Formats: sequence, C-alpha cells, structure tokens
Amino acid sequence: MKNFNYHSAKDIKEASKLSSSNSAFLAGGMTTIPSMKLGLASYKDLIDIKNIKKLSGIKVSSKSVTIGATTKHVEVANSKELKKTIPSLASLAEGIGDPQVRNRGTIGGSIANNDPSADYPSACIALNATIHTNDRKIEASKFFKGMFETALKKGELIEAIEFQIPEKSSYQKHPNPASRYAIVGVYVAKHKKDINVAVTGAKPCVYNDKDLSKALSNNFSTSAIQNMELDSSDMNSDIHASAEYRASLVVTQAKKAVDAC
Amino acid sequence: MASLVGSRVERKEDKRFLTGKGRYTSDINLANQTYAIFVRSPHARAQIKKLDISKAQKSSGVVSILTGSEIAEDKIGGLIAGWAIRSEDGTEMKCPANPPLAKDIVNFVGDPVAVVIAESLEEAKVAAEKVSVDYKVLKAVTSTADAMNGDTIHEGIDKNLCFDWLLGDRQKVKEAFEKADKVISIDIINNRLIPNAMEPRACLADYNSASEEITLYTTSQNPHLSRLIMSAFGNVSPEHKLRVVAPDVGGGFGSKINVYNEDIVCSWAAKKINRAIKWVAERSESFLTDIHGRDHVTHAELAVTNDGKFLGFKNETIANLGAYARVFGTVTPTYLFGPCATGVYEIPAAYSNVKAVFTNTAPVDAYRGAGRPEATYTIERLVEKASMELGIDKTELRMKNFPTAFPFKQTLVHTVDSGDYVAGMEKAKQMADYNGYEARRKESESKGKLRGIGVSSYFEACGIAPSAAVMSLGCGVGLWESAEVRFNPTGQVTVYTGSHSHGQSHQTTFAQIAADELGVPIENIDIVHGDTDKGTFGMGTYGSRSLTVGGIAIVNACKKIVEKGKRVTAKMLESSPDDVEFKDGEFIVAKSNKKKTIGEIAFACYLPGVRDEMKSPLPEGEEPGLKETAFFDPSNFSFPAGTHIAEVEIDPETGEVKLEKYTACDDFGRIINPMIVEGQVHGGLAQGIGQALYENAEYDETGQLMTGSYMDYTMPRADNFPEFNIGYTCTHATTNPLGVKGCGEAGAIAAPPTVMNAVIDALGGQEITMPATAEKVWKACKNLKKPNSKAA
Repeated sequence: MKNFNYHSAKDIKEASKLSSSNSAFLAGGMTTIPSMKLGLASYKDLIDIKNIKKLSGIKVSSKSVTIGATTKHVEVANSKELKKTIPSLASLAEGIGDPQVRNRGTIGGSIANNDPSADYPSACIALNATIHTNDRKIEASKFFKGMFETALKKGELIEAIEFQIPEKSSYQKHPNPASRYAIVGVYVAKHKKDINVAVTGAKPCVYNDKDLSKALSNNFSTSAIQNMELDSSDMNSDIHASAEYRASLVVTQAKKAVDAC
Repeated sequence: MASLVGSRVERKEDKRFLTGKGRYTSDINLANQTYAIFVRSPHARAQIKKLDISKAQKSSGVVSILTGSEIAEDKIGGLIAGWAIRSEDGTEMKCPANPPLAKDIVNFVGDPVAVVIAESLEEAKVAAEKVSVDYKVLKAVTSTADAMNGDTIHEGIDKNLCFDWLLGDRQKVKEAFEKADKVISIDIINNRLIPNAMEPRACLADYNSASEEITLYTTSQNPHLSRLIMSAFGNVSPEHKLRVVAPDVGGGFGSKINVYNEDIVCSWAAKKINRAIKWVAERSESFLTDIHGRDHVTHAELAVTNDGKFLGFKNETIANLGAYARVFGTVTPTYLFGPCATGVYEIPAAYSNVKAVFTNTAPVDAYRGAGRPEATYTIERLVEKASMELGIDKTELRMKNFPTAFPFKQTLVHTVDSGDYVAGMEKAKQMADYNGYEARRKESESKGKLRGIGVSSYFEACGIAPSAAVMSLGCGVGLWESAEVRFNPTGQVTVYTGSHSHGQSHQTTFAQIAADELGVPIENIDIVHGDTDKGTFGMGTYGSRSLTVGGIAIVNACKKIVEKGKRVTAKMLESSPDDVEFKDGEFIVAKSNKKKTIGEIAFACYLPGVRDEMKSPLPEGEEPGLKETAFFDPSNFSFPAGTHIAEVEIDPETGEVKLEKYTACDDFGRIINPMIVEGQVHGGLAQGIGQALYENAEYDETGQLMTGSYMDYTMPRADNFPEFNIGYTCTHATTNPLGVKGCGEAGAIAAPPTVMNAVIDALGGQEITMPATAEKVWKACKNLKKPNSKAA
C-alpha cells in the first residue's frame, strides 16, 4: 500500500471541502483498503466520514425507512424497527460477508461502490429507494449506471438511503462458494402499485427484471414464473457460473423469494 | 501409574497457541535486519531479454538488488527432485535446472527473477516496481492432458516428458482381461489443489561474519533435510556453518517440505550483504508459488467376473509436475501412487503406467496424502462403477474382494502386515445406518431432492519408510528418524526429535510415549524439535511418519535409558542387571524390596560419588550422565485402512450438494491420544471433502492462475460440513513396538471418492469431475429430467 494522508472529517461540509480528484471517502473501508493493499487503487487523501454523527442511524416513518450512509451492516441486521417494517432488508444485511465485515462495512459504502455482486444495490432497486446526497436526491433506478459505476459526481457524498416500505418482500441469494458474494441475488418486493424483481450478480450491474415482475404482477405466485426461461445473452459468465446457469438461478431464487414473501 | 498412551491428554501446546505466545518465523526480528521483495514473472513462459535494475537501485532505502546472473556467478545450486525415477525403457528421468532466480527463461507465473533488499518493507516494494524486465513471451503449455503435444518447455526434454514409468506386468494384465466377463472403465481427473497453510511461507536469514555461520529461520516441515539440501546441492554453506531453525509453523500439508527459492536466495544474500534479511510471503505469493497438489488425468480399467471377482486392473495416468521437479515431485505420482493403485483388494494382475509431464504452472509436489488420494480415487470410483454395472451391492462387492488373511501380499509392491477390512466395513455400515438408507432417500425424494450414498474403502502406505527399500527405488536419502532422550540431574527429561510439529501435537503425543516408557510425569517432559543446532539429525514430518518412525526412535532411546538404569541400579544395590526390573519409574531388584526410582538413578549418573567415600555408583567403565540417542529405520511402511460412507442431498434446481452425513471408520492401530487423532481425522476430511466439492486450482490457457485468491479459490468452511461420525477398529501394527499406524493423511485419502461416489449415485451414475460444483451438478440434473436419459 502506498502512503496517503488520512483526514477525519467532523462534518459533511468539511468532508466535501477536503475532497479532490485524488481522494476517496472512507467509511468501513471494506473495499477501499483491500484495493489499496493490492495496488489496484491509490489515493493521495483518504477522508474518513465515520465520525460524522449525522450520517449514521435508522429512521422509520409510516411509508419509508431512511438509513444513514455510514450505518454498519450489523446495525441494519439487528435493527428492531427494521425487522418490523422491512425484515427482508435486515436479513439481507445479516448475510453480507462475515462478522468482521458486518462490523465495519457500511450501507453507503456498498452502494457507492456498486459491486456487480453486492447485495444492497438490489434492495435499492426493489424497494424504490431514493439516494440522498449532499447535493440532491437520486432515484435508485437512475443511480446504478454500470459495473462499479454510479450517478455520483466526484466529491458527492451519500448521506442516506430512503427505502419505501413494501407490502411484502424477500431477498434470496445463491452465494459464490469461495467469496460468498452473490453469484445471483434476487430481491422481490410487492408494493401497492408495483412489483419489483431486482437482480444482482447476474449482469454487470443490478437491474429490475421486467419479465419476472410482469409475470408476478399478474399472479403473485411461484407458478407464474415456474417455467420461465430468461435470456442469458447479456449475463455474466466466469469460472464460477456460466450465463446459462445464472439465468436459471435468477428464476430459482425469484421463486424462493416469492415463496418466502 | 496409569498409562498415558490411549488417553485424551490435553494438548501441551494449546496454552501457547491460544494465548498468542506461539513464535512463528515472522514473529522473529533481528537487529539491523533488511526486507526482501521478490520480483516475479507475470508470464507463464518467457525469455528474459533484458533485466534493468538501474532505476530501482536509486530508489530510497535499497540495500542490494540481486538477479539470476549473480546467483549463477556464485555457483549457487538450484532446487532439486529428491527421487530419481527410471522409465519403463530403462532410461533415467529428465529434469530441468531450477535456478533460485531465473536468469534466461521463466517457466511459470511467480517464477522469481530478482530480489530487492531494502531497509524497510515499503521501500523494498517501491523499488521492486522499478525493476524493469523485458520479456519475450512464449506460448505456454498448461494442460495436463495435452502437455506432451505442446511446445518443448525445457531444452532437451522431448514431449515435456520427465519419465514414462511402469509398475506391474502388462502381459499378465492382458491375460487377465482376456478372461474377464466384463471390463469396467473410467476416465477421471484428479483436480489440482493449493495447500493453503494458515501461515504463509516466510524466512529470515542471518549471517555472522566472525563465525561465518548462516542461521536461517524458515517455515519448514524438515529443517535438517533443508540444511542438507541447501548445503549439498545449493552450495549455500558447508553443513556445519548452516543452522536451520523451523520454529512454530502454522500448517504445512506437504507444502513446506521443499526448500524454496526464497530460502536459498535470502541465505546466500545475507552473507553477501552481511545483514539479516527477512521475507514473508503475501497470500497471493502463496497461491502462486507454494507447491500445488494432485493434477492427474487417468484412464483405468477393471476386469471382473459376472459374480464380482476382480481379475485385473490397469491404470494409465498423466501426472502434471508443473514447471520443475521438486523434492517429492517425482515420487508422488510413482512410488507413493502406483503401489496403492489396487486398493484394499486382491487383484491378481495389475499395472500402473504414469507419464509425468512438465507444464508452465506452479510445481506440483506432495500434498496431504501425496499419491495415495489419487490412487484411492481411481480404484474406488472404478469399484463403485463396477457395483452399478454388475448390480451388486457396493459393500458386498468390496467385501467379496477383500483379503481375509494377513500379512497380505499385494500384487504390486506392499506386504500389509495387519488389518481387518471386513470388520471395518461392518462397523462403518452400522455407524452409518447403511441399511436404513432407503428410507432417508425416500424422504429426500418427497421434498423434491435427490439423495445419494457413497462408500469407499481405502488403505494407504505411510510411515515412510525403510531406507534400503526407498533408496533402491531412487530416493536420495534414507528415511529413518532419530531421537535423543536427555535426563537433567534433577530428573526432568528433554526429548529431542528429528520430526517437526506444525499442527500434529508432537509435544503432547511424544511426551505421552516418553512418560509411559520412563515412568516420569508428563509435565516433567519437554519435546524439542525444529532446530538443527538442537538434537540429532532427522528427516522431518510428512507421509504420516512422525509417530511410526520418529516416535519409535523415542521409544528405543528410552529403552536404552532403562537398560543403563538397570546397570546402575544393579551396582548401587549390589545385584545383577538381569535381576533388575523396571516398572512405573522404579528399578526393582527381583525377589527383594530393594529399589531405586529413575530420578535417583539420573541423580547418581550425574553426581557419581559421595563425600568421605571413594565410591562411584556407576559400574566400572560406565560413562557418567544419562542421555541416549537412537536412530530408527522402519522394517516396513505402516498401513492404516478403513471404510468411509457419505450421504449427500442435491437440490436439482440449483445443483447445490449438501453433505448430510459422513461416517469414517478407520484402523490406525494403537491410538496414543484419541482427541488428537480426531483432530487429524477432521482436518483430513475437511481437505478431502474440499477436493470433492469445492477446491480447484485453475489456470487459463496463457498460464495465468484464475484462482489466485480466496475470492476465487473455494476453501471449505465449517458450515460446509455435517458433524463427522468417527469410529475405529484396531489391529496393531506388527512392525513397530507401539503397534501404531499413521493417521494424518487418511481423511484426505478416503473422502474424495466417498463423497463423489455419493454425488454420482444421486445423479443416477452420471460421471462428473471434481469438484462437484453446483453448476456441474445442475447440468447433470437437467439430463436426469429428460425422458429416456441414460446414465452416461
């Protein structure tokens, strides 16, 4: 790892001011630090935002749950309010990484990183989330742009993520046996007006599977998607799973999610 | 005094390890030490056109940068194969030179070309990035099966063929196959594995310019052997000027048998720069440059009668050696493999033919089980297939071909001294509730799941090995072991062993043995190992040899102590040594109440006199002191055996395989410490099941390792396993005084075929390769659903 300057910002304004073209915000550091250690990334300045109190915490209203950007996975997993309102989101957090990762990793960090196999982006899509930054509000459907790519501008900081409370929902993942990231993760959420089937791991970027949501909108049961075969032509293929296998897993995990709803 | 052998004595090493008081190589720091970073080839095969260190040399903190040219100039030797194998046609094997730093050509990704030594680790890393190497990239050879058709990697080694070896009689096999009712044949791949010891390799080399002595701290399973190789073949230093210390070592599994490039380079360079040099592998270096294991492609056939008698067996294997042949590289696919190829069965005619090939991949060498897992996988997959094709129950078919009398002279090499394979099978069946399987299968079926049951019976030849036998077969050294037992004047005992503990619990097991032999409380016994300056020579720990060879050396040294004690007692108590008996730490004169404790004898041996009397307790001519050394050369291998049974449940929608039940019934002879043996069985099973279901080292066609981190290489985790159901039968080994057999490798040997037989059973007999990943199994499940699909 190359040397860098460490800054601990006391508020959002200071964090924003410290930011430059050669800096990165540091929350849990679960991706940033290993990337720097492996020489895949290097920064002149790391701006630690963990000590900005305003960025952490879970707030529940009648229609939505807002989670601060530096809220740790373990806090999301253990939140009593969340277990009552969106239990699937708490259980998603409980399935991220291992205890060490959950004790440091943050929801904002995961979303800003937009790893194609990360769990949280699927929750944002399924739960019609709004990403609050220090500059604006971005709808989840416009936030995730591509592999490790988001709508965030340089120096823009996620403050919180606001999730719409669904009628029912479930997240099911088929983990990579080595890394335990999602080979495919499917987040099914039934809202009053719509049904989302958000898929992570299958393609370079999280997406809402229109075929599955349409089928489930007509008939919210596993039989509606039982024999569906998805187009695998733009799905990921690597040593862990072929595109064809991933396409099949999307349907299987969607069925499991509907069952669990 | 109650015997300690056979009891669950708590591990003496636990307090140290569990409270962070272990002392591993990277825990050791020396004054004024420097740090080494190795510059490694990013290409699998390339010529080094130019290596420019000028920029790097100017980098801050750089002490020295050394390359293949300097090491060649100093005539430092390369890494070697420890076993010379002869081909079927009588020609000697062909091995390339393996210089510690490559000078002209690199042969796998990770092959080191230079070492950067700097004042700090960070400065060494920064400077290493500035070493510029101009490579001419050549086409890599990476496939085991096709290696003989690829470009010639090493000049003068046609077809990349190291040797083409035969064990057995082709003609007899041909005749046996002609008599067969049926021939069962199979094509299998034994997947390549990466050992992944918890502690990465490390070394710290120090040079004393006054004594001209090099001290090398290193993560070795066999420090004495490393010193011998570095001195005799590496030309690093005369043996008496080289001290090798292997302190606490965090796992080896065979990967730390070899002397590695870094050991030689750091030792040589420390003398050159007259400073200590420390190197600690990063995990990615471990993946790339530790030896790998297995990697065989095999076609095997079994000739059978319709009623299930085995008549003949043949095995044609291509074994991948990787880029270079290392210490156990050439013996692993030959003498550790071929003799075990016929398994636990009476098969009158057999041969194994092994072609060992070089490829542009990391060197392949001994990994837990070394050769025996590959052999067992072949025969046990074949027997399971025979049971399906003949329609004979898998356990009945096996028992039908078990030997019933021991010693059992096998067709190929070994005479197995002891065993009872039928008893092992019966007990395993009972433990696994084999007869109740059908009900469990139906229950799985009712949930939409596929269930399978797999069996394998194994034996293995370990406790290596009789020196005359192995040296006649090409081994470069004898495989005896030594021990020294030293009493202090006040009665405590230090046992020096040439074996090395890197997880095996020698501190406890060996102390139990010595405590029983000498009648000394276990807390008064220390086991010392891992330092060539302490104790006599030893060949190290691998091949499940520590107890059956090293442990017996301890027993024999203890017996010498007791003999001396009898002589001294006889003198002190005015009796004859023949009339002195030794029991529970006391020397007793027969038919009398006269006795001396062993502590009194030790005291007398070290303080042989009394005030005011000109009198010695020692017989005339007896040396003072109480210390004995024994070298033990075994008369045979040790042959543990057993039957394992696994049940899996498969979700046909995802292909996920869940290991539901695992039963291991092993015969390890006399067990010294059942708790430690359970730990060894668990560890072996985890690695064996890992091979069957998860682990796979994969290279792409350019020779890049695709599974070079834990993100991509699936190490099994605790939640992948059911609770293991472990039991034993016990027939004592007749070839050593303790009656013990090896236990460390059994799990890794028996588990792969057991689990795969269960998976394949669930898939209706469809062959799939290891590891049985969810996707492979999912594809096979799709075939099952198709109407008229037949087991392929």
